[in-house]
Amino acid sequence: MTMSNNWKNIGALSNIPVRGARRLCLKHEGRPVAIFRTGEDEVFALLDECPHKKGPLSEGIISGKTVTCPLHNWVIGLEDGKAVAPDEGIAQPLSVRLVDGDIYIHLPEAVGAAA
Amino acid sequence: MRTVKRHRERLVLVGNGMAAIRTVEELLARDPERHDITVIGAEPHPNYNRILLSSVLAGEKTLDEIVINPRSWYGERGIALVTGAPVAAIDRVAKTVAIAGGDAIPYDKLLLATGSKPLAPPVPGLGLPGVRAFRDIGDVAAMIEAARTGRRAVVIGGGLLGLEAAWGLKRRGMSVAVVHLMPSLMERQLDPAAGELLRRDLDARGIAFFTDGQTEEILGSERAEGVRLADGREVPADLVVLAIGIRPNIDLARGAGLAINRGIKVGDDLRTSDPDIYAVGECIEHNGQVFGLVAPIWEQAKVCGARLAGDEAAAYVPPPVFTSLKITGVDVFSAGALAAADAADDEITLHDAKRGVYKKIILREHKIVGAVLYGSVADGPWYVQLMREETEVAAFRDQLVFGRAFAERAGAPVPRIDVAAMADGEQVCGCNGVSKGAICRAILDKGLTSLDTVRAHTKASASCGQCTATVEAILAHLGAATGVGRDDPAICKCTEHGHDEVRRAILARRLETIAAVRQALGWKTPDGCQKCRPALNYYLLCAWPETYRDDPQSRFVNERVHANIQKDGTYSVVPRMWGGVTTPAELHAIASVAEKFNIPAVKVTGGQRIDLLGVKKEDLPGVWNDLGKAGMVSGHAYAKGLRTVKTCVGSEWCRFGTQDSTGLGIKLEKMCWGSWTPHKVKFAVSGCPRNCAEATIKDMGVVCVEAGYDILVGGNGGVDVRVTDPLVRVTSEDEVLEYAGAFMQLYREEAHYLERTAPWIARVGIAYVKKRLVEDGEGRAALHARFLRSQLFAQVDPWTERAMGADAHEFARLSEVEAV
Ligand code: SRM
Ligand SMILES: Cc1cc2nc3c(=O)[nH]c(=O)nc-3n(C[C@H](O)[C@H](O)[C@H](O)COP(=O)(O)OP(=O)(O)OC[C@H]3O[C@@H](n4cnc5c(N)ncnc54)[C@H](O)[C@@H]3O)c2cc1C
Ligand code: SF4
Ligand code: FES
Repeated sequence: MTMSNNWKNIGALSNIPVRGARRLCLKHEGRPVAIFRTGEDEVFALLDECPHKKGPLSEGIISGKTVTCPLHNWVIGLEDGKAVAPDEGIAQPLSVRLVDGDIYIHLPEAVGAAA
Repeated sequence: MRTVKRHRERLVLVGNGMAAIRTVEELLARDPERHDITVIGAEPHPNYNRILLSSVLAGEKTLDEIVINPRSWYGERGIALVTGAPVAAIDRVAKTVAIAGGDAIPYDKLLLATGSKPLAPPVPGLGLPGVRAFRDIGDVAAMIEAARTGRRAVVIGGGLLGLEAAWGLKRRGMSVAVVHLMPSLMERQLDPAAGELLRRDLDARGIAFFTDGQTEEILGSERAEGVRLADGREVPADLVVLAIGIRPNIDLARGAGLAINRGIKVGDDLRTSDPDIYAVGECIEHNGQVFGLVAPIWEQAKVCGARLAGDEAAAYVPPPVFTSLKITGVDVFSAGALAAADAADDEITLHDAKRGVYKKIILREHKIVGAVLYGSVADGPWYVQLMREETEVAAFRDQLVFGRAFAERAGAPVPRIDVAAMADGEQVCGCNGVSKGAICRAILDKGLTSLDTVRAHTKASASCGQCTATVEAILAHLGAATGVGRDDPAICKCTEHGHDEVRRAILARRLETIAAVRQALGWKTPDGCQKCRPALNYYLLCAWPETYRDDPQSRFVNERVHANIQKDGTYSVVPRMWGGVTTPAELHAIASVAEKFNIPAVKVTGGQRIDLLGVKKEDLPGVWNDLGKAGMVSGHAYAKGLRTVKTCVGSEWCRFGTQDSTGLGIKLEKMCWGSWTPHKVKFAVSGCPRNCAEATIKDMGVVCVEAGYDILVGGNGGVDVRVTDPLVRVTSEDEVLEYAGAFMQLYREEAHYLERTAPWIARVGIAYVKKRLVEDGEGRAALHARFLRSQLFAQVDPWTERAMGADAHEFARLSEVEAV
């Protein structure tokens, strides 16, 4: 399987609970990244910072293709990172792919493992 | 023997609308034999429900669906129906009416029900094609056609009609602007505050508003192209709808020389100045009042029908009228006065801008004279009933604005609609022709519990809203039979079902997983949402303690991670300190954990224990492990469950102490820790009435006295401080423990998720809690036993589990897989 090396394999889908999410070690431009798994086993990635006050979206409750931020309950669309009206704002979405059960994420100049 | 065929009176109706035919129905119900009836209508249709023209325009109903009396109805009753035939004149001497260009029809009794005419502003351009009123089927057909071909509509008039027209056209894809003369919408039915909320909502639905907008001219040469306002603004339009009001249609009566003013003058007997001529509906004027809504007209039809049937006593008394706007999803209700008339009057308002709820009640001499509701209108008809019956409300004044459910607990009279006495066939909703039977079937078959769901399924009370009180009574009636409480709100947008209802279904149908519940009760969303998932997870946990497998993904992060998330994404850790008592060893452990994981803050909480704040998520298992070694377990400071049991030093040390409050507090905490509850639960035990442990603002408090223990329930601090209600006084610790367990279980089994004991008891009443816990000893013992049973499965320290590696994925991050 050949892909531009900007694509990082971050392991099997099964590492994420259904309707769950996890934060990555890898960061994007120094900012945390969240990987989400929906009820239909689709995978999405967003910067793990709520557009409201940077709440950790990876800790939210996931239903359909949305996640609810744990801090003040903004609802964020997983596909485009957009906050659902009336709230406004966007958590930057990142490209992910599922290849043979493994998740690949596209991180331009990924900074190596950071806490 | 021979029968003399009694000469029947000839009754002729001018007008084939709602008032006319309702009167005929009332008459026939009393005396079907008395008259030969002829109905003459200008419209080419049988009688239809004018109210629902709005729904037809909005595409929610078809024209056939709004016909009330098909032609067959007239035929079967031997009523001669003449349609498309306006009556041109009345000859009161010859006692005939003349149809335009047709024959004269003789009458003994004449009934005028000519309704009203739309008003038009005095501006140029009214005659242009593309200018329409909103009054009859012809208008609606034209508007629907215009919506198909044209793009933009301007509605002149921001009252009930105008707004319903605007919404309907919007629904049909037009871009719509409303021009309104007044600063605020529906100013006749709503006060400015409610008008503003309404404007905000319709604005959000894409309708543009020009308030304080005086129309000066309708633009266009061949056809309407827009309107110009007095301030020079021009609004382009392919369709202009006039909805600035109506005027009683009195031409005929004037021509016949009957007494008229604004409308055709009638007395309480609904007779005009000519004793053989009656009049009902929007064309009349009674005591200087004219009418624009059906509620008072149904009343007129009753009286007029009775009079025609020979009941000389029947007299018309106008009922208080009320309005509700028929725009799907916009709840507006208004009755009587809009504001205090003078200093003597009294206004109670509730304004929750965030939830878009506004309620205003106007009182005069302890009686309701008006109500304006926005966003939450279910109680409207109840207010109207209190108005109609001129009920003294002083006794429950404080609860009034919160609605019937609250007020009745405070002693408001419970309405006397005798549902049991109603026949199944009896029509409840006149607008939509729904019978009691149909409503009952829907409620039982579909398990409906709220007014809104009944409306959605049967359309009963969905139009003029007049029968809402009856529908609610039926709900309550069946509710009493089926145990469905009236105040059982839908859990969330994913479902129509209320909390109690879902809990009953879980037990009755042995539903054991969240998926099964959603499946069985027809959830609208595949996954549910952040509101219903935690609720269902709790309800299942409570129903099946032995077998249910908790769903972490349906828990708020704090309960999933077993720590409180902080605003910076770190966590706080609060170990239990039983009854607020600790030891040097525990303090050592806490100190070294804080140093080892350099935890930035250590704080004594308001719950008599210590909070370690700012712990990194990945450190949590390590922190717990070390605390565990020193014998400390989770304090559940994050849980909808037992939080703290505050105590004072009590008889052990205090010179006033009457009992061992500290020891009792510890026993209570040991019995109750680990249990999941609808919301958090806090206990406190004070050694004497000085109450140093603040037992009187806890979910359950114990105040020790010489004679024993006073048990208090339903208090909390927080936003709405509530002081506990006394439950009972007992003499032994064992009794305290039994009451505590039973109280916990009753709360766990019957409160709504996220409802704390204070609002729960406010809802069900302390009397009910006493009935279950104090008066019913066996019941109490059973509840207590069920609680202890579920504790067998609940009392597992979540920290130890995770320190041992459970849910490891929670606390580690995903890392890149090194390519090999
Ligand atoms: C830590 C503490 C403040 C302190 O430093 O003293 C605290 C902290 C929080 N309280 Fe509290 N409350 C704390 C004692 C109290 C008390 C005092 C008491 O328990 O005697 C009250 C008033 C008594 C009561 O609850 O009735 C209190 C009333 C609230 C409320 C309002 C509850 C209500 O029914 O209105 C909230 C909001 C809520 O729970 O929805 C709340 C919510 C919170 C939350 C959980 C807010 C949140 O969701 O993050 C805070 C978590 C901070 C954290 O991460 O630890 N806290 N909170 C106290 C922890 C007690 C403990 O040891 O577990
Ligand atoms: C779009 C719309 C929405 C409404 N919504 C509500 C609501 O939500 N709640 C509410 O309570 N009310 C509502 N109303 C008002 C309600 O429809 C009227 O109050 C009710 O229809 C009045 O009944 P009526 O019989 O007096 O008049 P109509 O129903 O208008 O009947 C009068 C009939 O007489 C005919 N007629 C007139 N002159 C002659 C003549 N010379 N010869 C023969 N026939 C004649 C007319 O053609 C008409 O068919 C609404 C009205 C409209 C137009
Ligand atoms: S009072 Fe408010 S800010 Fe302070 S701990 Fe409690 S919830 Fe947090
Ligand atoms: S930080 Fe996400 S809702 Fe406030």
